[in-house]
Amino acid sequence: MWRDTWLMAGKDLRIEARSRVALSQVAPFGIVALVLFAFALGPDRAPMVKGAPGLFWVAMLFSSVLAIQRSVSVESTDGARDGLRLSGLDPAGQFLGKTLSVAAQLVVLEAVLGVGVVLLFGASIQTFWLIAVSCLLGTLGLAAAGTLYGALSAGLRIKETLLPFLLLPVVAPVLLAGTRMWQAALSGGTPANATPWLQLLVAFDAVYLALGVVVYGPIQETA
Amino acid sequence: MTTNPIRQSPRVIWTTRIIGVLALVGTGFTVWLGLWVTPPDQTQGDLVRLVYIHPGVAWVALYLAFGLAAGCSLLYLWPRTRSRFWDRLAAASVEVGVVFNVCTLISGSIWGKPTWGVWWAWDARLTSTAVLLVLFLGYLALRRVPAEPEVRARRSAFAALFAAVDVPIVHFSVVWWKTLHQGATVLNANLSPTIHGSMAWTLLLGFVALTLGFVWMLLVRYRIGAMEDYLGAGELDLALLERQSEGMPSPSVPPAGLTSEVLAPVGDPGEAPGPRAPAEVTR
Repeated sequence: MWRDTWLMAGKDLRIEARSRVALSQVAPFGIVALVLFAFALGPDRAPMVKGAPGLFWVAMLFSSVLAIQRSVSVESTDGARDGLRLSGLDPAGQFLGKTLSVAAQLVVLEAVLGVGVVLLFGASIQTFWLIAVSCLLGTLGLAAAGTLYGALSAGLRIKETLLPFLLLPVVAPVLLAGTRMWQAALSGGTPANATPWLQLLVAFDAVYLALGVVVYGPIQETA
Repeated sequence: MTTNPIRQSPRVIWTTRIIGVLALVGTGFTVWLGLWVTPPDQTQGDLVRLVYIHPGVAWVALYLAFGLAAGCSLLYLWPRTRSRFWDRLAAASVEVGVVFNVCTLISGSIWGKPTWGVWWAWDARLTSTAVLLVLFLGYLALRRVPAEPEVRARRSAFAALFAAVDVPIVHFSVVWWKTLHQGATVLNANLSPTIHGSMAWTLLLGFVALTLGFVWMLLVRYRIGAMEDYLGAGELDLALLERQSEGMPSPSVPPAGLTSEVLAPVGDPGEAPGPRAPAEVTR
């Protein structure tokens, strides 16, 4: 399973390294979203700083939908999905590999958006490790749930409209937890404020990773 | 060939009708007791009358309908119990549940405006109810995507499963997020209702009537779903037969499969349609 995970993640990341779709389209989209949020909240600093954690995570959620659609679409042509099913790779490994690849791209995006939030909104980070942990765990959850829903909607012609509708309400807890941890980190709050949210993120990740490992194989049969 | 769902055993038909009538009578009684017989509340006045409806609707929507849908989806996914019966029941349950969920939010809003001063408060239960509604609207949207019945059933069952595991996480997250809703009135920790007399009985009757109403809608919606499947499978069957008969010299041969099925008496029509029904035809 682990070998297949690396193979799969390597494949998706190599495709990204050569096509640069995430870098040239998804990342700019995230930045555009941040700029639009700044326009919406007006030129005053105060509401922007206050809203920065939430805006960061909303931008991440929207960008992750794009990243997942990209991750699904690389396998939608040339019978690639059937090829993968024939390849004998462990479905659990395929799931973990795709999740890892999406998560890796999203972490890069988070670094870019994080810098954007600090520069554009004037937010100052007090507790850096809280930011890092929330980003890592939140991203893993987004990627795992997204890969599951991506696989579910893979064969559908209307997946562009259906995937966000299905996925975004499900990842609402990630938005809540991530935002609260960022608020704690920006205000220099104690880790005690963040502990329940940390637990929530861990639980979310565990649930969707476990679910994916178990059901990714059977899902492929529905596409 | 699937069993013709239009032919149901008299027992099923009468059970459905009796449940429907009971639900109607129960709801009528609840309205009568709630609006005329019970006294207004000391602090809430006439506003308390909404309590006879709102918790019952919420119970049906949040626990009964969506719990049933999740259970049916799981039973469908489990290979041993895989049957179109569970798929149709899950779909019917979600559809009726969504209606009750919307009613929960509306009745809650009507109560919230005079009590809290706002139509909508971002408290934990309101928020998780709204998220649940969106989750299951997504399920219904997925079901509307045209697909082979078996594929659609599997896909929908997975979607229901993914959404169902999210429900407790959403619940905890919004509970921590903020909470100002009043605690449970009937099912509080020591299980002793904190209201009494005619009010308690009216509340209980409301629960029963709404649950019966849910069951009635579920049965009717299930039957419609079965008929839709039957029609879908039958139409293709008919078209295939017509196409085949084009090459035959004698066009007067009746399309044997469907017509005989419709006309002939069916063995045990009350039974749920078989698990593999339309797949044989569509392949």
